[in-house]
Amino acid sequence: MAENLEVKVLDQVVVRFSGDSGDGMQLAGNIFSTVSATVGNGISTFPDYPADIRAPQGSLTGVSGFQVHIGAGKVYTPGDKCDVLVAMNAAALKTQYRYAKPGATIIIDTDSFGPKDLEKAQFATEDYLGEMGIDADRVVACPMTQMVKDCLADSGMDNKAMLKCRNMFALGLVCWLFDRDLNLVANFLREKFAKKPAIAEANIKVIQAGWDYGHNTHSSAINVYRVETKEKTPGRYMDITGNKATAYGFIAAAEKAGLKLYLGSYPITPATDVLHELSKHKSCGVITVQCEDEISGCASALGASFAGALGVTSTSGPGICLKSEAMNLAVIMELPLVVLDVQRGGPATGLPTKSEQTDLLQALFGRNGESPMPVMAATSPTDCFDAAYQACKIALEHMTPVVLLTDAFVANGSGAFKLPDITKLDAINPPYVPEELKGKWTPYMRAENGTRYWAVPGREGFAHILGGLEKDSNTGAISTNPENHDLMTRLRQQKIDNIQVPDLEVGGDAEDADLLIVGFGSTYGHLHSAMDELRQKGYKVAQTHFKYLNPLPKNTAAVLTKYKKVVVAEQNMGQLAGYLRMKVDGFVPYQFNQVKGQPFVVEELVNAFEEILKK
Amino acid sequence: MSYTAQDFKKGQPRWCPGCGDHFFLASLHKAMAEIGVAPENVAVISGIGCSSRLPHYMATYGMNTIHGRAAAIATGAKVANPDLTVWQVSGDGDGLAIGGNHFIHANRRNIDLNMILLNNRIYGLTKGQYSPTSPRGFVSKSSPYGTVEDPFRPAELCFGARGHFFARCVATDAKGTVEVLKAAYEHKGASVTEVLQNCVIFNDHCHDVVYNNEGRKKNAIYVKHGEKLVFGENNEFGLVQQGFGLKVVEIGKDGYTIDDVLVHDAHCEDNTLQLKLAMMTPEDGFPIALGVIRDVEAPTYDEAVHAQLAEVSAQKKYHNFTELLETNDIWEVR
Repeated sequence: MAENLEVKVLDQVVVRFSGDSGDGMQLAGNIFSTVSATVGNGISTFPDYPADIRAPQGSLTGVSGFQVHIGAGKVYTPGDKCDVLVAMNAAALKTQYRYAKPGATIIIDTDSFGPKDLEKAQFATEDYLGEMGIDADRVVACPMTQMVKDCLADSGMDNKAMLKCRNMFALGLVCWLFDRDLNLVANFLREKFAKKPAIAEANIKVIQAGWDYGHNTHSSAINVYRVETKEKTPGRYMDITGNKATAYGFIAAAEKAGLKLYLGSYPITPATDVLHELSKHKSCGVITVQCEDEISGCASALGASFAGALGVTSTSGPGICLKSEAMNLAVIMELPLVVLDVQRGGPATGLPTKSEQTDLLQALFGRNGESPMPVMAATSPTDCFDAAYQACKIALEHMTPVVLLTDAFVANGSGAFKLPDITKLDAINPPYVPEELKGKWTPYMRAENGTRYWAVPGREGFAHILGGLEKDSNTGAISTNPENHDLMTRLRQQKIDNIQVPDLEVGGDAEDADLLIVGFGSTYGHLHSAMDELRQKGYKVAQTHFKYLNPLPKNTAAVLTKYKKVVVAEQNMGQLAGYLRMKVDGFVPYQFNQVKGQPFVVEELVNAFEEILKK
Repeated sequence: MSYTAQDFKKGQPRWCPGCGDHFFLASLHKAMAEIGVAPENVAVISGIGCSSRLPHYMATYGMNTIHGRAAAIATGAKVANPDLTVWQVSGDGDGLAIGGNHFIHANRRNIDLNMILLNNRIYGLTKGQYSPTSPRGFVSKSSPYGTVEDPFRPAELCFGARGHFFARCVATDAKGTVEVLKAAYEHKGASVTEVLQNCVIFNDHCHDVVYNNEGRKKNAIYVKHGEKLVFGENNEFGLVQQGFGLKVVEIGKDGYTIDDVLVHDAHCEDNTLQLKLAMMTPEDGFPIALGVIRDVEAPTYDEAVHAQLAEVSAQKKYHNFTELLETNDIWEVR
């Protein structure tokens, strides 16, 4: 570090990498977040990419972004707006500048701001900074493309391969700006490209060039920042996305239960990565079947469960509609099944790559007949692991399908994941029919907690038939008897109601808050940050958050009715609010609803909640 | 351990008196006993419809599921638990209309399922609408002026989906039915057995040409691998190849001798002639082919899945969750 340089210590910082879809922004962002996590920073990331496979180069619709939030302590969101914006071309600057804080540092590749690039990005003049109202002092502008080519001139790489390293130059600049140890980056790359050492070294060289460029040319103009680490939870960590964490949760649960994991799935954005991840791990005994459609994905998973495996199916919004029929079959057959819905924007095909919480009511009620089904929602990328694990535990121990809701935001986002110790995870004990019931057992006979016993094919003396038609509670034969149907309906409901889920926890000013903030699933971090800010402003605010939506935690009514004001904030038009009103007598909350396909903005939440507090 | 048909029987079937399902069920019980797989290692999986009630009358494991999805559910059961012998029972509506997609893909993947297609060319349980196998112009409750669409022919669909086993029997013909069911079981991979079956209420007489012994003598040909394709009350007729097609000849007439008559080859990979056999109808001057028409060994999906698991397992260094975690870039915070 140059001696005359001021190093500012920050509590947290947000960097947004943006460029064309093929520019490697996700990789650059990932490396930066991982390296930051390595030194103990809190991290949260969010990729924001277009639905097009490959929009025309340099076009406004083809811009892909990756936002990284690092903090001295724990960070709860990828951040509203960024402190540093990397814009690899004119279109990226045009579309992404709105995510930059006033006074943010902007890093651009001037080689991608030629007349044609500016025209494609719909700039009117060559003074693109002026047009955007950007102060040139805040800009680190350099001919990145040319410098990368020069740097790799003697590498023997072709032009195309060299240009692929452009993202690393930008990363080098960012590493300089935040005083990151390049050795950590180099180690990461050497491991990642273990089989292609030449590529690793080329990338490392370019990163060093980016670092040097920042150091040599801008050290007087721009401050260098450092995010120190405040508190560390000792342990071994990895960087994990929500979808990968979900896949890991399924693998861990199957292993813990001593069952084969079977995934029946049909590719759909943004759930596909779960299929991709699980398909890799055949050496752990994971069976994945890419089915002919969503219906078959769910139906085959149910068949697998019948045959004695842990059946899982994964999908996103439009797919859950198609799966409903087989999910309902699982309800009446009382077989374990886990249905993962990575929610996206809807209705219909809607916004495939964007995030919403609009499938809650579909998950709770979107089936014919009285069809109670446990529903859970993961609260962060790393929580996807626990949520997936617990969903499997509930499905297997209570012989029921379970819906696990995540969404594009948590599924694609990532965080530092403390490696779990499988021996310390909750035991999973399916209710296998005891041998001594042979001769007396019938298919719908129940254990003490109301759960049907599981007789896996292959066991002599327990052959039986399950079906979608109503069954007699005693004999298991098809029955249309009115009293029996009423009884079976109640037994199925009771079984779900009996499931033990953890009580709601209340954070913040739990005793005397003037406002309780309520949400579910992926908005946890944003709502938590909003609460923190309001409390810093001097308000008495508390927060509670639903991970288990059916059955609801036992203390739900007590918590919701304890505070003067309650606001339910969700990325839909009020599905949780309506559901809670149905479940809690006299509960009338304020609502904050936003359906933009984008995560909440903490600042907007704070403003909205402040309004409510002032009422 | 040997079994009798009784070991596979359960309950009192509740189909209409005279329904072809009764005949078929009796043959299935008999076939199961002769096959000799223990009832607890058998799963019978059906969709919805009259014929899909069948698992309720089997003393095996079973699932009576939702309309059209039996093949998909059976797929999961077989792939997850390859030790199970899986029978999948559908009617023509269940299997070829709402379940058409799953039917073709189960065939294409060649999953070791024994798929039974009970074909009465009508929707029985919903009380008499035309089905995907009803002939063009068929008058039913939902087609009072006759249908204006052509039917599927199950064999063609099976072959088109690259199916490796197709057999046909008549529900009332116990001997022929038991024989093809045993062959279907012996075949490794997806097998389709089309059962011609009468619906006494809504489509009576739909298979009359072959439904009784007399009819079969005149209008059916029993095909058997390695044997001459001859038929008629005294085997006086035979099938010969003419150009790209088949032709019925009377042996000893017009210069045709028994040497000209084709020998059936169910194991031939090229399905051209097998398809021609399967598609023959009396309307076109041909007998209906019964028996095992195609039976070609090929890699099965369920075996391939598990072989791949073993192969990858042998290559990779991680085999459980704890080892899997270690394959990632890990850092330690002290």
